[in-house]
Amino acid sequence: MKDIRLMKGNEAFAEGLIRAGCDGYFGYPITPQSEVLEYLSAQKTKERTGMIVLQAESEIASIHMVYGGAACGKRVTTTSSSPGISLMQEGISFMAGTELPCLLMNVVRGGPGLGTIQPSQSDYFQAVKGGGHGDYKMIVLAPASVQEMFDFAKLGFELAFKHRIQVMVLSDGAIGQMMEKVELEEQIPRMTDEEIIKKYPWTTTGKTPDRERNIITSLDLNPVKQEIMNRKFQAKFKKIEQTEVRFEKIMCEDAEYLFVAYGSSARICQKAVLLGREKGIKVGLLRPITLFPFPTIELAKLSKQVKGMLSVEMSAGQMVEDVRLSVAGAVPVEHYGRLGGIMPAPDEVLNVLEENFIKEKNYARHTV
Amino acid sequence: MSDQEICQPENMVYCRTALLTDAPLSYCPGCGHGTAHRLIMEVVEEMKLQADTIGVAPVGCSVLAYDFLDIDMQQAAHGRAPAVATGIKRLMPNKFVFTYQGDGDLAAIGTGETIHACNRGENITIFFVNNGIYGMTGGQMAPTTLPNMKTATSPFGRDVETMGHPLKITELIAQLPGTYFVSRQSVHTPANVRKAKKAIERAIQYQKLNKGLTFVEIVSNCNSGWKMNPQEANDWMEANMFPFYPLGDIKVPK
Repeated sequence: MKDIRLMKGNEAFAEGLIRAGCDGYFGYPITPQSEVLEYLSAQKTKERTGMIVLQAESEIASIHMVYGGAACGKRVTTTSSSPGISLMQEGISFMAGTELPCLLMNVVRGGPGLGTIQPSQSDYFQAVKGGGHGDYKMIVLAPASVQEMFDFAKLGFELAFKHRIQVMVLSDGAIGQMMEKVELEEQIPRMTDEEIIKKYPWTTTGKTPDRERNIITSLDLNPVKQEIMNRKFQAKFKKIEQTEVRFEKIMCEDAEYLFVAYGSSARICQKAVLLGREKGIKVGLLRPITLFPFPTIELAKLSKQVKGMLSVEMSAGQMVEDVRLSVAGAVPVEHYGRLGGIMPAPDEVLNVLEENFIKEKNYARHTV
Repeated sequence: MSDQEICQPENMVYCRTALLTDAPLSYCPGCGHGTAHRLIMEVVEEMKLQADTIGVAPVGCSVLAYDFLDIDMQQAAHGRAPAVATGIKRLMPNKFVFTYQGDGDLAAIGTGETIHACNRGENITIFFVNNGIYGMTGGQMAPTTLPNMKTATSPFGRDVETMGHPLKITELIAQLPGTYFVSRQSVHTPANVRKAKKAIERAIQYQKLNKGLTFVEIVSNCNSGWKMNPQEANDWMEANMFPFYPLGDIKVPK
């Protein structure tokens, strides 16, 4: 019998961690994602699967606890919201430099600074362009439902270990806080230490006589070696761009106009597509599921079909830069965003599409 | 009797531990880090813990410690070693986990991580080398720099009115219920080396009891940063550092 529940997004992610065989969660409470640590604490995970849950003294400590556990080949994670993620950038950069797999979630809230606790998408740049110091990228997954909050815990770990990379689930306060039906997959067992040692020979699990010592470090004072290492990282990111792009297309087959939106904005645009279709506007939605790697090729294809694209984001215009790079001027690309924690309404974004691209309001000629 | 006749296995009373790699130590001549490294590895070897040891290296002079110690190691960001060690130990509770940190690392940028790892009673061991200065970055003032002590950033001497007081971090953490064994030693004379080794042995043995964090401070010199030759630095350390940072066990199990 299927395990179907009504859950908050943050709770679904937490349950997803447990069922994905997570070994350790090191977190620090911050609104609007505190439910993750609260849920895990209430679940008695030590008894349930052996998973360790620890409340750290700060976001800085929590990400470095993740670093320690990840170096031992464990499935480790932390979650936070915007100001807390900023504090974690040091540790994320160190994990990028040591190629340690881990799962992170940012339940984004309005910024900059202390900002607000309302949902926002203004951490896009930080998530997809690096965030910390040095040349690196993370795989960024953007859930648009509570179901995906659950699903991306498992997917995130799989991608993290497949590529020895950090995976960030870029959610927001709306997805984290809202309740929806979610279908829970069966729990997978945690890996034993023996399985980890066999599968991941790079881990620091104690030097045995059969191998050289394992060192996890991003330091090499020789710039030539550093360049070689960086080129290896870049080759990995390039491979990920070629193999891990995920997106969803909604009513794109005959679309003449296109919304491009992820997460909460995509949910809003999904409704706006229906409203537009009712008015006879042939509009579709391209929803990037991975923000890095970005669905560049798909957008380039769509640019040959549509007359204009509107990037809808709860930011001052961040993803729109990647959309414009993808279409390379082939079609007009506009941006619409609400700031500071305000979510746009479906009719609002449809109006913006009409104002930008269909000013003469003669869209009736496009109807079937 | 020739050297060849003397150097026979049956005459050997002391030798280099196998758990130090062949890499030449990168520390300045006369610095205490080399001796501290050797002592820790000697104890790990004697206790047959190589396969069960995971070390965490700091940022600072001993940032290259993993080049010298033949064990699995992780290099941590500046000050974060106690958090990294917490992550390791919580997920690998049967391993011997230690950090090796300097005073800038442990008592300045990493104060939060140090205090909280100690207070949580993490079952790890912290080795803390205190030379009262930032050695690697050019001899700047550290939290443990003595009053009136000249450094690159206190060229007229540490003025406690404007630069604050030296931080006795070891006494501070000894007060926390999560610490089980806290000791302060030095490695500048053979007698002190023997005492330091004893403290290191106890710290490692106690970690197996899972009763809290064990902590060994080693007050050391910094010839380069102090701008003294090794003998002068050791004399200065005895005359100035030890009165402020007195040697001996600070907290022992009841």
